[in-house]
Amino acid sequence: MTEFHKTQRAMRTMRTTAMARGVIALLDIGTSKVSCLVLRFENPEAANDVVTPLFQQSAMRVIGAKTIASQGVRYGEIDAMAETERAIRTAVQAAQKMANTRVDHVIACFAGGDPRSYGLAGEVDVAGSHVEEQDVARVLAACDMPDIGWGREVLHAHPVNFALDHRSGLSDPRGHVGAKLATDMHMLTVDAASVQNIITCIRRCDLELAGIASSAYVAGLSALVEDEQELGAACIDMGGGATGVSIFLKKHMIFADTVRMGGDTVTRDISAGLQVPMALAERIKTFHGGVHATGMDDREMIELSANSGDWEKDRRQISRTELIGIMRPRVEEILEEVRASLDVAGFDLLPSQQIVLTGGASQIPGLDMLAAKILGQNVRLGRPMRVQGMPEAMRGPGFAAMVGLALFAACPQDEWWDFEIPLERMGGRSFKRAIRWFRDNW
Amino acid sequence: MRPLIAEPRYPQAPGAGAAKLALKPAAAARPPRRSVAPTRLSFRLERLWLTPVVRVVTRVGVPVFCVTLGLGLWLGNDDRRADLIEWSQDLRMQIENRPEFQLSTLAIEGASPEVEGAVHALLPVRLPASRFALDLDGYRAAILRLDAVKTVALVVQPGGTLSVRVTEREPVILWRTALGLQMLDESGHRTASLTRRDARPDLPLIAGEGADQAVPEALAILAAAKPILPRARGLIRIGERRWDIVLDNDRRILLPEKDPVQAIDRALALNAAEDLLSRDFSRLDLRNATRPTIRLSAPALVALQQAAAQTTSGASR
Repeated sequence: MTEFHKTQRAMRTMRTTAMARGVIALLDIGTSKVSCLVLRFENPEAANDVVTPLFQQSAMRVIGAKTIASQGVRYGEIDAMAETERAIRTAVQAAQKMANTRVDHVIACFAGGDPRSYGLAGEVDVAGSHVEEQDVARVLAACDMPDIGWGREVLHAHPVNFALDHRSGLSDPRGHVGAKLATDMHMLTVDAASVQNIITCIRRCDLELAGIASSAYVAGLSALVEDEQELGAACIDMGGGATGVSIFLKKHMIFADTVRMGGDTVTRDISAGLQVPMALAERIKTFHGGVHATGMDDREMIELSANSGDWEKDRRQISRTELIGIMRPRVEEILEEVRASLDVAGFDLLPSQQIVLTGGASQIPGLDMLAAKILGQNVRLGRPMRVQGMPEAMRGPGFAAMVGLALFAACPQDEWWDFEIPLERMGGRSFKRAIRWFRDNW
Repeated sequence: MRPLIAEPRYPQAPGAGAAKLALKPAAAARPPRRSVAPTRLSFRLERLWLTPVVRVVTRVGVPVFCVTLGLGLWLGNDDRRADLIEWSQDLRMQIENRPEFQLSTLAIEGASPEVEGAVHALLPVRLPASRFALDLDGYRAAILRLDAVKTVALVVQPGGTLSVRVTEREPVILWRTALGLQMLDESGHRTASLTRRDARPDLPLIAGEGADQAVPEALAILAAAKPILPRARGLIRIGERRWDIVLDNDRRILLPEKDPVQAIDRALALNAAEDLLSRDFSRLDLRNATRPTIRLSAPALVALQQAAAQTTSGASR
């Protein structure tokens, strides 16, 4: 874990470098598509009376974008390294060409790796009368590390809440007067191998990794509006191979999970059920798919063209009701899994229980009604917020993770590794300790 | 039963649409387009090409370097350099000697025979010659340096004619100096010399140092003094500030420095009233406008004194 911890710090440094250079690439490695955005950071436009500048989006502009069909990715994890590397290369090259600039730094997100959430708590006595940075560092270090299991890495670790004596809900305790500082931290761990695979793939493309995020988290960043993030909401990111669940409270992610089923699973069901190739199954799912059958759907016939040579097989027709009959159980199953995951997280206890559906598979007509039956009444379909220069084709819900990654790149939330290292753990860096001692005493 | 206009249930017979069928398999067999991944080499090369430094160096640096190097190597040899200079001069000569640039005739307009001869003599090259061999500005300046020439316009006309349009100065007055007689135009600029006054009896005569500086004033005085001109011999500039009118018998009218024309008018009025100019005087001094003064000639003075004496004696009687 310490190694990856250092890696995270190094990636943060690299992100700062990239921001200084002004250009950074974002890579969403999904099961059905690999998209690459090239962002240019500019000075945010000045505030005027008419339009208040958006907090983060006004500082960045998309200058290159490319989406290609993914290869070699299953369940949001890299399955065939060489193919994925080629897909990344294709996307990055096209985006670079559109941006007409070279990009060296990449921030990536992925859905898989079996993310698991842990809630951590720590408590220390404040050294002086006021809380200082070192106290924050010590309280973060005092969190008891759960047994995350062998071969797992910490992907995100957000201090969600600070409590000082009897006061809780502090977002920034520095400078407060108090005696006992406590913190709650949310930690997300993923499979180390899947992260390593992504790092390797990106390194082999001559790119530097400036950050890595879970797509459930970044989809929540972009699809949830501010008050939903504040009051409590769950973002269901229905991707191709995996469905990400993330719960936000007080603008921090407090839980994340992944259901290893998604739009591609539905497509596979259609393909198996109707005996058609995957491409055709994807096509009829996109054009005719749904989850609520009506009487009209009995009369709407869908041609299943094929070129097997068998005339009877090539000229089949099915009704839309049959298609819905194949799709609905699988979508229900996905939502049931999500429901189970939310139950584990204690979603019922949140003050507001808004559920936001996003991701490419959330575009199935009637999904919100079905989800309302399974997940709860407050369901809406979420679209990512707007970013300057984003192509029109990339404004759909399928690109929520992509946009969230842009926000993540522009203005990341503080993570564990963004804080100072406690003095006791600095170890052999005696020179730094000496400097610190001088600074503190004079 | 199917309607008759419905599509055929089976494909057409092979004979009917053979050409169409022949094309069909190729189109159908084309696999769906997939994005072709770039090779790692092309990916790296493209990234290299998108690097700003590389772009600038390739687009500007390398061509400039190549051209400079090539020229430097080629011109490093003395023989080649000499050849290049010779070739360029040769080319220049060829262009300059083209018939389009040849001047064959010199056409002079508006010049008297003497000036025409001078203009011919001043032409620095022998015609026919190339246009580039003739320094038109220098030639024009040389012509302008002739005293008799007021303005000159040089025009190279198509057909190889160099047209010189000369405006000559018009002599209006003669100026007698110690060196001889000069003809001056209305601005006082010399036009030519004369050996004899008789050659231009129509022109009035002025004399004195600095007289050419005040030719317009002299002309005004002469115009005002027209009635007495038959008796006048000329004007003399005194002290480079005022004029004297010299009449016959060495009589003079002294004009003031300021407003000489008004003084003449007054003298003419006196003349009309009292026939002043037929009297015997040597100087008529008009320099002080409030007190015109006359200096009588010696015999007249004697006669005046005698007459005064007679008048006095007569009166005493």
